[in-house]
Formats: sequence, C-alpha cells, structure tokens
Amino acid sequence: MPKFESMNHLEEYRGRLLSSRNPQEPQVLVCGGPGCLPVGSEEVAAAFQAELKQRGLNGKVVLKESGCQGLCAKAVKVMFRPQEIAYQQVTAEDVPEIVEETLVKGKIIDKFCYQDPDDGSVKAYKSKVPFYQGQRLIVLGKMDLIDPTSLDDYLAAGGYQALQKVFDGMSPEAVIDAVERSGLRGRGGGGFPTGRKWRLCRQAPGDIKYLICNGDEGDPGAFMDRAVMEGDPHAVLEGMIIGAYAIGAIQGYIYVRHEYPLAVKRLALAIDQARDAGLLGADLLGSGFSFDVKISKGAGAFVCGEETALIASMEGDIGEPHPRPPYPAVAGLWGKPTVINNVETWANIPAIMSHGPEWYAAIGTENSKGTKVFSLVGAVNHTGLVEVPMGTTLRQMVYDLGGGIRGGGEFKAVQTGGPSGGCIPKQFLDLPVDYDSLQSVGSIMGSGGMIVMDETSCMVDVARYFLSFLHDESCGKCTPCREGTKHLLEILTEITNGNGTEEHIPLMEELCDAMAAASLCGLGQSAVNPVLSTLKYFREEYEAHIREKKCPALVCRPLLKYTVDPETCTGCLACVRECPADAIHGEAAEPHLIDQELCVKCGMCHAVCKFDAVKVES
Amino acid sequence: MMTSQQKLETILSRYEGVAADLIPVLQDVQDEFNYLPKDELKIVAGRLQVSLTRVYSVATFFKMFSLEPRGKHLIRVCLGTACHLRGGQHLVETVGRRLNVEPGHATEDLQFSLETVGCLGSCAQAPLMMIDAKYFGRMAVDKVPKILKPYKQ
Repeated sequence: MPKFESMNHLEEYRGRLLSSRNPQEPQVLVCGGPGCLPVGSEEVAAAFQAELKQRGLNGKVVLKESGCQGLCAKAVKVMFRPQEIAYQQVTAEDVPEIVEETLVKGKIIDKFCYQDPDDGSVKAYKSKVPFYQGQRLIVLGKMDLIDPTSLDDYLAAGGYQALQKVFDGMSPEAVIDAVERSGLRGRGGGGFPTGRKWRLCRQAPGDIKYLICNGDEGDPGAFMDRAVMEGDPHAVLEGMIIGAYAIGAIQGYIYVRHEYPLAVKRLALAIDQARDAGLLGADLLGSGFSFDVKISKGAGAFVCGEETALIASMEGDIGEPHPRPPYPAVAGLWGKPTVINNVETWANIPAIMSHGPEWYAAIGTENSKGTKVFSLVGAVNHTGLVEVPMGTTLRQMVYDLGGGIRGGGEFKAVQTGGPSGGCIPKQFLDLPVDYDSLQSVGSIMGSGGMIVMDETSCMVDVARYFLSFLHDESCGKCTPCREGTKHLLEILTEITNGNGTEEHIPLMEELCDAMAAASLCGLGQSAVNPVLSTLKYFREEYEAHIREKKCPALVCRPLLKYTVDPETCTGCLACVRECPADAIHGEAAEPHLIDQELCVKCGMCHAVCKFDAVKVES
Repeated sequence: MMTSQQKLETILSRYEGVAADLIPVLQDVQDEFNYLPKDELKIVAGRLQVSLTRVYSVATFFKMFSLEPRGKHLIRVCLGTACHLRGGQHLVETVGRRLNVEPGHATEDLQFSLETVGCLGSCAQAPLMMIDAKYFGRMAVDKVPKILKPYKQ
C-alpha cells in the first residue's frame, strides 16, 4: 500500500486494484461477527483454511473472515460470492463436505440453507431469505463483502470515494449543508440533527476543535456499534475525517468500551493503515487538511455514554456528567468546541456524501430520515442485526424479519432504548418505528436495542432488572438519580419478593415524576421509562404481584413453588446433585421430593431436569 | 525478568505524564499487574501530578479496575437484557457455586475471578459468558462444569 499523495494517486491505485481482481473469483466469507464468534466461527474459518490448502485450492478460492452477516440465530454464517449463497449453522466438521460439494462441484447443499418454516422451501440465496428482505443496508452494506482488516477491500468496495468527493471542491459549509439536508439525526439515541450539531461547532470561536466518535455502546441488549466497529472500521474513520473537515477539527478520538477488545483491535489496525496510506495525518491526499485519530478506551461505566461524562473521563476524571449548556459543540474536550457523534452516525456519513443528501432524505419518515440498525434479540426466531428504513413497523421487524416468536409463543412486548427506554405492548405492533413514534408510546429509539419478549418474561422483573442496572450505574452526583434509582429498585424488589403493597404504585409514580424533572443528565431523567411504561401497559402484572402474590410469567423466584411430578420423575438424581440448598431428597430410580422449607427457588432443578418433571407454579 | 518498578516505568514512559493519562495508565497497570497494587498507584499519582484521592476515586468509579489481586482466569458472565431474560442470573450463580466464589471476587487459589458485565454485545447468543478472551454463547447451567474443566490448573 503506497502513501497516497493526491486524490488522483488514490484513484489510480483503486483502478489498478479493481483490474487486478477477478469479480468471478470464488470467495468464501466466514462471519466473524458478534453473533458467530461465540459459536465457533474461528474454528470454521480455520477448517476452511486447512481444507482449501489440503485440496490445493489456495489461490483459487479466496477465504475471508467478514463482519456480521446479520442472522445471528443461524450462526455460524458463511457467504459464497459471487453468487451470494448464504449458508447457515455451519460447523468446522461440515467444512470438508462444503468444500467438496459447493466449491468443487458447484452444488448447493440444502441443509445449510435457510428453509421456509411454512412450506419447507429452500432459500439458498441471500436475496431470497425473508430476514434480509425488507432490510435496506447502508451502514451494514459491506458487512458480508469485505475483510475488515483489509484497506484494499474497503477501497475496492468504493471506500474513501466520499472523502475524495468532499475534497474535490466541497467547502466545509457545503458538507454541513449536505448533512443537514440529508436529515440525519444522531443514532446514539438523542436524535439531535447531526448537521446542526456540526454547524454549532464550526461556528463556535476557537482554532482548536475536537471530534469524538462515541463507541461506548453501553445499552444492554445492543451490539450494533460493536458490529460496525469490528466489521467496517474504515467507514467510521471516513465519516470522521469528513466530519473533521466540515467542522475544522484537528484531532479525533474514538471512545470504545473496554468490553469490546476486538473492536479496539480492528479500529487500531484501521487507523494505522489509514495513517500509512496518507488518509490520516498531515495534508491528507494533498488537500492541505490535516487530521488524526486516537483510540480512548473506556473503563467500564454506563454513564460515560452521556457526552459530558464521556468527556470528563477522557480528561482523566471520573465519568460524572456536567450541566448543559454549555454544550460540547461550544465547550467540550479541554473546553474546546467538540462534536460527539455515535458510531452509526459516523458510518452513515460516507454514504450520504457519495449518494447525495436527497437520496438519503428520500428514505424514512417525515422527521426521521435514512435507516436504523437494530439488534433484534430476545424471543424471536431470527435474532440478529438488521438495518431497516425508518418507519418500518414493529410487526414487520418481529414477524417478517424476526420470523415470529420463538417456540410459537405469544408476543408480549418489545423493549427499545435500553435502560432509558420502555416496553411497548402488543397494541402498538403496527407502529412505524422512528424517533417521534417511539417517544409517543413512552419509549425511545435509543441506540437500537430491540428486545422482544414473550409470555415467559415478567414485566415487573424487567423493570426491576433495569432499575438494578441503573442504580448500579448511576454516578451518584445528583440526588434525584442517586436516591431515586435506589428507592425505585427497593420498591420493585419488594414487589417481586411478594411484599408489595397498594401504596407502592402511586409512590413509584411520584418518584418517577421527581426524577424525570430534576435529574442532571439523561440517565436519571429517562431511568423512569422502564417503570412508567410497564406500569402503564402491564399494570395487571404489578397488581397480580401485589394483591395475589403471584408472578404470572413464573419469573419472580420468591413467588414460585417448585415440585417434582412423581409420575414423570425417573429418579436420575440430577436435581438432587445440583440443588445448592440440599433441598431435594430421593434415591436413584425413585421419585424425588423437594423440601419446600429448604428450597431457595433458584430454579436449578428445573434447568437440569431432562425429563421435564420439575414443575413450577405461582 | 523485570521488577515491578521497571514494569511501571515502561508503562509511564509511553505517556506524557499529565492528568489526562490517568485512565489509560491505570488500564496498562492493570493489564500488567492484573490489578491495581497500592504502591504502584502512589507512584502513578506522583508522576501524573494528581492527588492519590483522585487516583482512588477513578479506580473505584470504573468497573474494570480492581484494587484486589484477580485470578489467573477472568470469567465474565453477561447480565445484559437478552441474557437476563434467558437465565444469565442462573448462569452466574452456577459458576459461582462451582468455583466457590462470589461475583466481584477471586477464588482463594487465585485461579479464577468471577465478574458480571452489563453487556458483552453478543446478545443473539444469550446467555453468554467469557473466560479470558474466549466467548461461550447459548450457555446453559449444565454446560458449566465441562467448560470450566480445562481452566482448572
């Protein structure tokens, strides 16, 4: 890779690169995304490497480890190009057969293809799989196309062309105009118009300005940004360089949470590659503009997703937020004007510049333009990463993309927006998802976590879970949040323990009012959403816990009773061995008995019973 | 074999020695020593010219830092939303019971530390845990003994 001295130099290189590549060359892309990695994608990739080598196919078949291919439920995913055949549930043991049949003989093996649950038809090609139909891939477009560790791959896929277009005669103001016209709003959750933020920062007085990419994806249940940072790191960098040019920043930072070691590694590699290629550093591509990027690793604090807390921690202090104004766009890092945008926001910028703001603004709804990436997880058949136009309905996401509720169960709610969001019930399944509509039903867009729940989820427990998270993560600076989360958690714990009283519900509502009005930052202000939304839509579940001391979803342990069905029990002793309280008595081949006095209701016996003989009731 | 002081000097030599370096320096110290030893923290405070109370405040604010020695293997059990709904709490209890350790602590023989994490970001494979850099997805309590075995000495 040469150091590009000019835009022409880069374009010549790209031309040579493309002509040296044969588009018909067979490629195997093993998904190395957040969904496939824990299920053995590295072993699958290693098996392909060994098998291709053994068969002398090295150099004839290109093997790559790609970013997230989306359909995590069917991990490990493998994509064959140029045909775009999408295999699923591949293990290392399957690889010799796949190489022989598919790569050598050109035959599609049905058992590795998506099968329609209704008619059993085989969908071998990505474009035919319902999970991908209805998606609009802008941010995730290169995920199953490139090797994220290869700058050549990014360039061959049109990477850094947006930057060239910007340098080729666009003024910083014109760039900001374009971003403003595109209608792009912050993808981290706040939804502030990106162009307006950039303009505020550009207009703020001062020669030194900073730019930060917020990769502190803290919402539990969300992995969109992790997938983008790991799967297409140069897109984030390209967006940042364009943003830096627009606002006049000299230095950028990517703040990544330390729980994402692979994202840190991929971004560090991309930064080194970009620097060596003259895409970062002094006088980028001979444009006269200089900009560099550093990685700043988070140290584990949810509140650091809040921009002023993030800045405080980058300055070497604890992550406590500060009152706004002044906004970071005016006084941010080291007191200098600073633009902070989320990973997905930055990754949208190259596409907006390449295709034009009008193209982008034509996608989505009136006030929410473009697409949004969601991590669709929980009780759906097709868990994974999806990117849909704004305005796609919850029903489309849960049923068309998500393939419906797992195990044929009943949809109960979808939780969006992480701990700052709410639970949306069934009656809103046809809600078009955008910033405003989610807010209108008591939730928020947030960063894109979408957790689907069925009847096995207890909504009081879900509220308690989020409050436990928020109480733990509240930085403690302001009283309404510090004390409010503590008391909400205490009340919710009482209710889930069966000690709830009628006074608890109005007391929680009162606490929520005070917290929403008086908390310093978004964490405390929105911490009330999990409570208020479940109280609003699932009040009968609270009442069942309080009045009848029952948990209808069979989740809240103190309200459960475990018994062994003597008819079904085979006397295998598995539960006797596993019970942490020694509460189960029994001999081999004799039905076991649970001592209710000793039972701690941990559910271990239920989990280990292979014969479904342990019954739970409330 | 470098002495503790040499190790710390190597870390500090990578930084400018200003207050803003505090968190990355502490991260490097923890990487090197596996926790934040008291003596090293005093030296860090002096060299970065920040008060020891500020060092302590930062070290106790952020979740990743440990002021106690940690085990050789770090087990992190995810308690993100998807994992919570799929039994993450049962998972952490099972691991804790198998190893006789409470979350946030190390086993007596310092072979393991057990921690819970807000989210590991592999939500589609919930419930999830990590041992060192390796992920274990779609976990179940009955898979725990077999997974722990190779890490026990």
